[in-house]
Amino acid sequence: MAGAAAALGIPSLKRGAQRYESNPATREAPWVKWTILTISLSFFALFLLMPLVAVFSEALRKGFGTYIAALVEPDALSAIQLTLAAALISVPLNLVFGVSAAWAITKFDFRGKHLLITLIDLPFSVSPVVAGLIYVLMFGAQGWIGPWLQEHDLKIIFAVPGIVLATVFVTFPFVARELIPLMEAQGRDEEEAATVLGASGWQTFWHVTLPNVKWGLLYGVILCNARAMGEFGAVSVVSGHIRGMTNTLPLHVEILYNEYQFAAAFAVASLLAILALVTLVLKQFVEWRAHAAVKEERA
Amino acid sequence: MAGPRSMSSNTAASLNDFAPAGASLPAGERRKPRRVLPGFGLTMGYTLVYLSLVVLIPLSAVFLKTAGMGWEHFWDVVTAPRVVASYKLSFGASLLAASINAAFGLMLAWSLARYEFPGKKLVDALIDLPFALPTAVAGIALTALYARNGWLGSLLEPQGIKVAFTPLGILVALIFIGLPFVVRSVQPVLEDLETELEEAAASLGARRWQTFRYVILPTLLPALLTGFALAFARAVGEYGSVIFIAGNLPLVSEITPLMIITKLEQYDYQGATAIASVMLVFSFVLLFLINGLQAWSSRLNGAGRAK
Repeated sequence: MAGAAAALGIPSLKRGAQRYESNPATREAPWVKWTILTISLSFFALFLLMPLVAVFSEALRKGFGTYIAALVEPDALSAIQLTLAAALISVPLNLVFGVSAAWAITKFDFRGKHLLITLIDLPFSVSPVVAGLIYVLMFGAQGWIGPWLQEHDLKIIFAVPGIVLATVFVTFPFVARELIPLMEAQGRDEEEAATVLGASGWQTFWHVTLPNVKWGLLYGVILCNARAMGEFGAVSVVSGHIRGMTNTLPLHVEILYNEYQFAAAFAVASLLAILALVTLVLKQFVEWRAHAAVKEERA
Repeated sequence: MAGPRSMSSNTAASLNDFAPAGASLPAGERRKPRRVLPGFGLTMGYTLVYLSLVVLIPLSAVFLKTAGMGWEHFWDVVTAPRVVASYKLSFGASLLAASINAAFGLMLAWSLARYEFPGKKLVDALIDLPFALPTAVAGIALTALYARNGWLGSLLEPQGIKVAFTPLGILVALIFIGLPFVVRSVQPVLEDLETELEEAAASLGARRWQTFRYVILPTLLPALLTGFALAFARAVGEYGSVIFIAGNLPLVSEITPLMIITKLEQYDYQGATAIASVMLVFSFVLLFLINGLQAWSSRLNGAGRAK
């Protein structure tokens, strides 16, 4: 990226946009350029920037006191707790799965590899509402295992385990789909060399593979975590909306909003918006580090 | 999320796998199961068990439940007027939103790849906002903007344009969530485009517009279609951001995912499942299509370019 090179003080090699703008064959007339820029940036401001600004403006509309009060109220605190817990369980589960799937897929050859990759991607193309529904069909009162669960006094739907399950489902592919292309591109030579030299499988992974893919791994974890904390549709179906019990932050926002407590709803929403901004900053940082690492390797 | 660019190298690898036996590929000798590395059984076993438990078995529940309800009942449920109206709305609004995103997303990707302007890094980073911002937050924010007393609603309503609580509001929400799919599909291809082709076109006397139309656009087309399809697929299933701004009037502004929720709230599990199975079949078809598009895109733009 041109930006990273500039930040590191590397003399411009006319990478990025400059190489097009300084070349008469690849540059547009100024009026074309300014029209495209004006239209695209207005579209950006209208559809992305304004909603973000609106969250914070609405949250602070009734003053800072109301804002803080909405965040430290017991229902809000328990929603924060549950959101953190759901992410804390589902992200590590999908991290272990992602690493394991990427190892099996990229380090070995077998039939049906392409099908397996497609199946791993499947949760992304399923509507969140359907994602919630499938667990109701499995564990709900009329579901497959529902009667058995009731007999043993176990609750999954309308309880915390259901929320965790739905979260695991919607964040399922994140780590795997970052790692698979990365490990595929890096090949097997280094791992094979380590094994031939007597390293165990675990040592090979820890000392050879992991350092090569750590930024991609982190990237996947960051995206996985953002979705885990922000999921609404799937969690809404399985939660039952029990206040102080099965409310995550996004569900808490919905309840407050439907009760016309707009300032409080936006205050809690602003917390999630801050989380989104932190996610974007971290993501940018990881991308920058990954680029720097690639550059170092090439130098 | 990281869709097209991360899939490209997979596609390349699996194309190698299916190469004819006589083809002299450098990786050819590896095609016999000569497993040097350990851990295949463990990682493959774990992958398959976890995938089955979390994804495959629960998803199959939808089809098994649907299969048990009888064809006539199923047909009655999925073709009820209210449900059909929701398909039309969901698919229509999603198609329109994806088309708008394809046009403006292409321009945004072009601006980011080809021009320098102040604040460019910020714009580039914020493109991914819809991926990071919880959908419920986006939903209430858009509703606040376009409601009668909102910043944009107070400008539009005197002109007779109602956005919040109408199908137009649904369109706005679907544009919001779909935009990054198009930008992030097109942008990397645009950034990696070699200038030689454009120089050749210019030296042969092509005007800039002709170069774009006949040289650049055909190269971008698979990526643009991929972005369009990803945005469309996401929009059809979207719930959180739409539900607040839609108004949810039967036959007017009810989306298909809401129909599933409505059935569930009435404890009509069979009805909910029947509609879900229709949506699932549709998303599988789309997934198949998108995979094909991505394979086409990576073949066209030189495969094996991870990130």
